[in-house]
Amino acid sequence: MTETIPAVKTNCYHCGDECETNLYIADDKQFCCQGCQNVYQILSGSGLCSYYQYNDHPGATRDKLDKRFEYLEEPSIINELLDFHDDHLSIITLYIPHIHCSSCLWLLEQLNRFNPGIHYARIDFLKKQLVVRFDHQKISLRGVVELLFDIGYEPLISLQDVIKKQQKTTKGNLVQRIAVAGFCFGNVMLLSFPEYLGLSAFEQTFRHFFGYVNLAFTLPVVFFSGREYFTSAWNNLRKKVLNIDFPLALGIAVLFIRTAAEVLTHNGAGFADTLCGLVFFLLVGKFVQHKTYHHISFERDYRSFFPVAVQILDKGIEKPLSLSELRPGHRILIRHNEIIPADAILLKGHALIDFSFVTGESVPVGKTLGEIIYAGGRQTSESIELEVIKPVSQSYLTQLWNNEAFTRKQDNRMRTFNETVSKYFTVILILIALSALLAWVFVDPRRGIDAFTAVLIVACPCALALSTPFTMSAALSIFDRNLFYLKNTAVVEQLAKIDTIVLDKTGTITTGNGRNAELQSQLSDEQVRLIYSACANSMHPLSRMICRYFGEQERLPVSYYSETPGQGITARIKGSELRIGSGKLLFGNYHESAEMTRVHLMIDGQYLGYFGFKHEYRPGMEQISALEPNYQLFLLSGDQDQEKRELIRYFGDSERMRFGQSPQQKLDFIANLQQQGKKVMMLGDGLNDSGALRQSDLGVAVTDNVNNFSPGSDAILDGRSFDKLPAFLRFSKDTVAIIHFSFLISLTYNIIGLSYAVTGKLSPLIAAVLMPLSTATIISFTTLATHFTAKRRKLL
Amino acid sequence: MSIIYFLIGCSVLLALVFLGAFFWAQRTGQNDDLYTPSMRILLEDEQPEDKEK
Repeated sequence: MTETIPAVKTNCYHCGDECETNLYIADDKQFCCQGCQNVYQILSGSGLCSYYQYNDHPGATRDKLDKRFEYLEEPSIINELLDFHDDHLSIITLYIPHIHCSSCLWLLEQLNRFNPGIHYARIDFLKKQLVVRFDHQKISLRGVVELLFDIGYEPLISLQDVIKKQQKTTKGNLVQRIAVAGFCFGNVMLLSFPEYLGLSAFEQTFRHFFGYVNLAFTLPVVFFSGREYFTSAWNNLRKKVLNIDFPLALGIAVLFIRTAAEVLTHNGAGFADTLCGLVFFLLVGKFVQHKTYHHISFERDYRSFFPVAVQILDKGIEKPLSLSELRPGHRILIRHNEIIPADAILLKGHALIDFSFVTGESVPVGKTLGEIIYAGGRQTSESIELEVIKPVSQSYLTQLWNNEAFTRKQDNRMRTFNETVSKYFTVILILIALSALLAWVFVDPRRGIDAFTAVLIVACPCALALSTPFTMSAALSIFDRNLFYLKNTAVVEQLAKIDTIVLDKTGTITTGNGRNAELQSQLSDEQVRLIYSACANSMHPLSRMICRYFGEQERLPVSYYSETPGQGITARIKGSELRIGSGKLLFGNYHESAEMTRVHLMIDGQYLGYFGFKHEYRPGMEQISALEPNYQLFLLSGDQDQEKRELIRYFGDSERMRFGQSPQQKLDFIANLQQQGKKVMMLGDGLNDSGALRQSDLGVAVTDNVNNFSPGSDAILDGRSFDKLPAFLRFSKDTVAIIHFSFLISLTYNIIGLSYAVTGKLSPLIAAVLMPLSTATIISFTTLATHFTAKRRKLL
Repeated sequence: MSIIYFLIGCSVLLALVFLGAFFWAQRTGQNDDLYTPSMRILLEDEQPEDKEK
């Protein structure tokens, strides 16, 4: 009997996973599987082994070897996927989730060395996109995709790619408006300098010239760069809302009118410099606010989860069919690891469906012939045949997504500080301006007008408008660094106002595959080998975990093997009969303990004990339950209450835990909390939480793979940062405090400015100095303060 | 001193050219991806066979 085989495990040269066997060796390099070895051989065959020099183990492990890209031959699908094509040239943008390091970049941009038909390949690293330009007469789209697949970079081609209609974001336009404003600002400053320094008598002729040129520069600033402030203010006025755009638009308009009046009547220099600077800084603030860290897409919806096409059986012949053409009555063929795209009836084969996408539960469910299988499940066993009963657009999953309650436009989101303040700010501002006008108008009408306009100019809340975006953007990047991705800046403020936290169970506080295998038995080496050999034949996650538990073992030949879905394995190995699985399989009738999932072991009729699979909760649950006095915690789970006893130590009160909740019940529960005046944060995953996530004041999707699609949420939290949640909550409160403080600073500047303005003697120089000074103070204060508090919360 | 009219005209014109250049760069997508080039530059060209553009 050999003792356990060496403890030293080698890592796969390609992907870095531990090698469980030493079957795959090429060029003295060991691989974990055939897939990795194939990729290596392709690369070394093309002389591209530098791939392995930039990073250790840059590849991804290959879980499947068969290619399924027949649908890329269909002209209608090709046309929908390509960005551009003519007689020779085709351009396509592919999303490749595996792009993660410089090796990927290097290899993928060398695609032309594999096939001369490919002209050019370019990566957008953050978006994980690859643009390929190729000659489709030399290599087909399918060829390109198969090549990518062969070298380990399988593109994710989903239904969303077909439906996507590239909406051009307004960001490009915003950059152009900033460019124009900056251009005018620079030139106006240059031309205003003589005015600041004083012009001597013989230079007076230039004064008018400079004035006219300045006025000309303000035109594009007001009518091109600043236009949206007017439209936004106008739209909000019609909705009877006073937001911050109103005083800004008012300020811009007054600045422009007064500048034009002064220049045209030769009465002064006007405020062209202040005007251009104001618009420039405001737009920069807006840009900062819009700047999102776009390696996460919040726009992915359920469609990104679906394939583009499905294999159908038409009179016994297999052919690909675009998903949009799938009709009830079609017979579809779903192979191992494929998604069932529409509700269908199982006709043939052994279905073991993983519904983790819909429910979060990762243990596959067995289905019997004739049963309806809902869309969204992933087949984990052999190929099956199904008959479609509902088109994709009406299937359970799609309906869940499109459910009116789930997609309802949210208007119960919290008001941001900015919105609240700007309402009062505007009213007070107009009151001061009017009283300044009234105070002077009877003494000196001209001075009254001057004072009125000066108040509006000086009080234009530039610094106020900037404090939020700059603080929020700094905070957002801190969160981002800690693997907490927020949809936009307003989410930070919402986070600070939360007082109730609702957690989903499976996938949220338990890790995706998070169970600990625990062996309750004494096994001899021979028995270990027998059990290992039997379980190695099964794809069931529990069998995989048992194999992993034993580590590398010798695999014995199996003479008989059968797997009953939902029950377990019966096998004959070296004359011994093994039964591994549920109590029902072993004893016929057995009442399973509710505490944990168990896999019982029996060899030759002798009961040997069992494997217990305990749920593993994410690290950090202790810290989260410690939030209790300040935050109320609730648990909503779709599962039954087997784990109630384990969970009670986190939630304290069994009233706080609800089990067996349907998606609708989860949503209602949140709505009910909100009616009690609670600000609810929901953490969940899976589509069954999406309604609750949307209903909550702040929906956070918890996921172990942020590139996966996540349900409609305001933020995505990487599972690894789950334990930082308390720190995130505290930091969000700090951030809001910083905003309040910077508001005070900007108010101080406004009061200083106003004391000049109400007298009606605002010189252009003071306005021109005050405005950038306040802006610079605010920006540096917010940036430094955010940085400092992040350090204090140990987030940096 | 009337040369100043000419000089200001020149400087504005020059600045406009730069603005135009920026617009062109923006339209052709040169600023779309500001991250990848920073990685690309660290990779060595094994064979100088750049076929881009």
